[in-house]
Amino acid sequence: MSMEKSAVLEADVPSDPSAPRPAARGSLTLQNRSVFSAVLFLILVLFWVFGWLRGATFGDLLSLTIWGIMLGGIIALGAIGLTLVYGVLKFPNFAHGELVTIGAYCAFGIMGMLPQGPALRPFSFGWELIAAMILALPIVAAVALVVDRVLFYPLRRRNASLVLFAMASLAGTFFLRSVIYLIWGSDFHFYYPGRANPALHLPFGIRVQADQIFIFVLAIILVGLVYLLLEHSRMGKAMRATANNPDLAQVRGINTERVIAWTWVIGGALAAAGGVMYALASQLRPEMGFFLLLPIFAAAIMGGVGSPIGALVGAIIIGIAEQLSASFLNPAYGPAVAFLLMIVVLVIQPQGLFGQSGK
Amino acid sequence: MDQVQLARASLVAIPLILLALLILPGRKAVRLPLSIILGIVVALGLAWGMKSGNLTYMMSFSTMAMIYAILSLGLNSQWGLSGHVNFGVAGFFAIGAFTSALVTTTMPIGALAAYSQQAFGLGQPFLVGVLAAGIVSAILGYLVSIPVLRLRTDFLAIATLGIAEIVRLIFQNERWLANGPQPLRGIPQPLFCLVDKPGCSWAPHWLIAWLQPLGPRDYSFVYSMIVAVILAVIYVLLERISRSPWGRVQRAVRDEENSAAMSGKPVTFYRIESFVVGSFIMGIGGAIYAHYVVSIDYSHFNPLFATFIVWVMLMLGGSGNNKGAILGAFVVWAVWTGAQSLVDLISPALSLISPDLPSRSAYFRWMLVAILLAAIVLYKPEGLIKERKRVSDFMKGSAKD
Repeated sequence: MSMEKSAVLEADVPSDPSAPRPAARGSLTLQNRSVFSAVLFLILVLFWVFGWLRGATFGDLLSLTIWGIMLGGIIALGAIGLTLVYGVLKFPNFAHGELVTIGAYCAFGIMGMLPQGPALRPFSFGWELIAAMILALPIVAAVALVVDRVLFYPLRRRNASLVLFAMASLAGTFFLRSVIYLIWGSDFHFYYPGRANPALHLPFGIRVQADQIFIFVLAIILVGLVYLLLEHSRMGKAMRATANNPDLAQVRGINTERVIAWTWVIGGALAAAGGVMYALASQLRPEMGFFLLLPIFAAAIMGGVGSPIGALVGAIIIGIAEQLSASFLNPAYGPAVAFLLMIVVLVIQPQGLFGQSGK
Repeated sequence: MDQVQLARASLVAIPLILLALLILPGRKAVRLPLSIILGIVVALGLAWGMKSGNLTYMMSFSTMAMIYAILSLGLNSQWGLSGHVNFGVAGFFAIGAFTSALVTTTMPIGALAAYSQQAFGLGQPFLVGVLAAGIVSAILGYLVSIPVLRLRTDFLAIATLGIAEIVRLIFQNERWLANGPQPLRGIPQPLFCLVDKPGCSWAPHWLIAWLQPLGPRDYSFVYSMIVAVILAVIYVLLERISRSPWGRVQRAVRDEENSAAMSGKPVTFYRIESFVVGSFIMGIGGAIYAHYVVSIDYSHFNPLFATFIVWVMLMLGGSGNNKGAILGAFVVWAVWTGAQSLVDLISPALSLISPDLPSRSAYFRWMLVAILLAAIVLYKPEGLIKERKRVSDFMKGSAKD
């Protein structure tokens, strides 16, 4: 527990005007982490029961759960970047979804220039997708840096209010999306149109595509790297210090602007990887990042703003809940399920699973 | 000047008089007659001087701008008056539009029922629909505000964005409710009989005779008159309540929440109230939109058209200022519509860059509005018309801050 706690980038400073309202504290009796975890677990169990009542078999539900974990990996890649930015810069970056989209489309554009090799069976993709993804990471990181320079840096200089930051990120969202529309149009695209992607048959009637396993493993590796970076590097320590108290960090000789730049680089690169994975699992479309935005926010808030481990756990819970809900609901309502879970979190325990508890 | 132009001028005059009342300074006794004269003169001038097509275009332009002005006023009573960051304007807009549509249409019968489904169709008159739209939207706002308004500002922004998405998902996927992904058609247009042939049965003879030369194509004149009157009523009411003790408490809660609470004001209660008021107005805006476009579907209520652009309008005009909200709506809507013709002009040049670009040129407008918003946030966050500080109406000096 102590290890997890130290990974937390504290989101609330005592003088923060956006701290929880006084009214919120007194009325909440469930502010207990274990009760909260139990509630989340109960919700997932309830989803299993609903699915079972609607006639889904055990194998189906198990497959859905595993798909949910895979989806959670994708959501986590977005949510970790979001939660880092949220923790360090203290505003909800609505443009984060567009970084995901740009990552996916950049890889698509790069793939068009690379020669297409054979598929690496059992996966449906070839080496060129991996190469394109690796090339896309620095591009999106650069995009994130430019957005920060142009939009958020002047606001930071002025100590602007949180709302102006949020508005600026909304402007960034629509700007980036219009760029995607202008370059690639509004149609759907696929990395490999029409290529078969058969599911593997595992015991207990589980059917999973090899790609999904790849996605999840990659997500776990990237999350692990970020964790190591935050825990064991000078930059990680500086990042946590900046999140905790920017002024104090600056006084202690930390170059906060550099820390912020690294936060954007990490966030942008992870979002790009998430975008490529998401597009591989479904398809490329200009709104994909926006569709992912609600689950990403839900995961970041559920995990506790500023906590990368929390974002991973939250993302997996959100992913499972979204996929399981498809067994008894119209799958189109996946984002709605993620959203309702987020509201539950906000009402029961606004600090989330791993967030700094009430100050 | 012929009969058609006179009839049109008489319809155009009403919004113009209201506009003059809004703009002209001075005391009421002077302003009212002056506005009436000015409105009538300008209306006559427009009807006489402009080509009929241009005038019709101007009316439909200002109708849309006024609908956005209503949304912008609704947002202003949430954000400007009490600081709620509602990124889900689209949700309340959609609820209002679909509610009014369901209340005023009748259930499809016969062969039509196979194509068009809806939960109910009450066939009520326009005003009942508008009121119902406001009430249902206010109820949604109330339900949303109970859990969410206790939260931090940033969480409220995320939560409202989510609510708008869910509302849109429901209207996209539930066929039984309002015809699913297909558009809900045939929403009645109020007072359409004024420009239709036999004329309204309730109208006096002189009115039928006066409007007799107008045809169904002139309906935008009638509707812009209706919207102008509703907008004026909302504006006056909002000005009244924001000057009332209630409005003062709202601003106190916005600026100094702790001291408002220390003065014994139930802060959460006040916050919920202003959120509900804003939702009510947005719902009315939705209803008016539905009756204007006649057929609506979920895609009209996307975050761009219904949330983002409204925020740009309010931020440009000036948060906390009702006049600014209306001005912002007109300016941004002019930029939005004007940008299309600009883009059409440069489309030959665009096709040289890439053959695909002209067909995607509509997205240049997105870019333009995004840049506009970024520029406002960075360079002029207080907007074109600043919020007036109102300490007391009896302290003349302090009002000029």
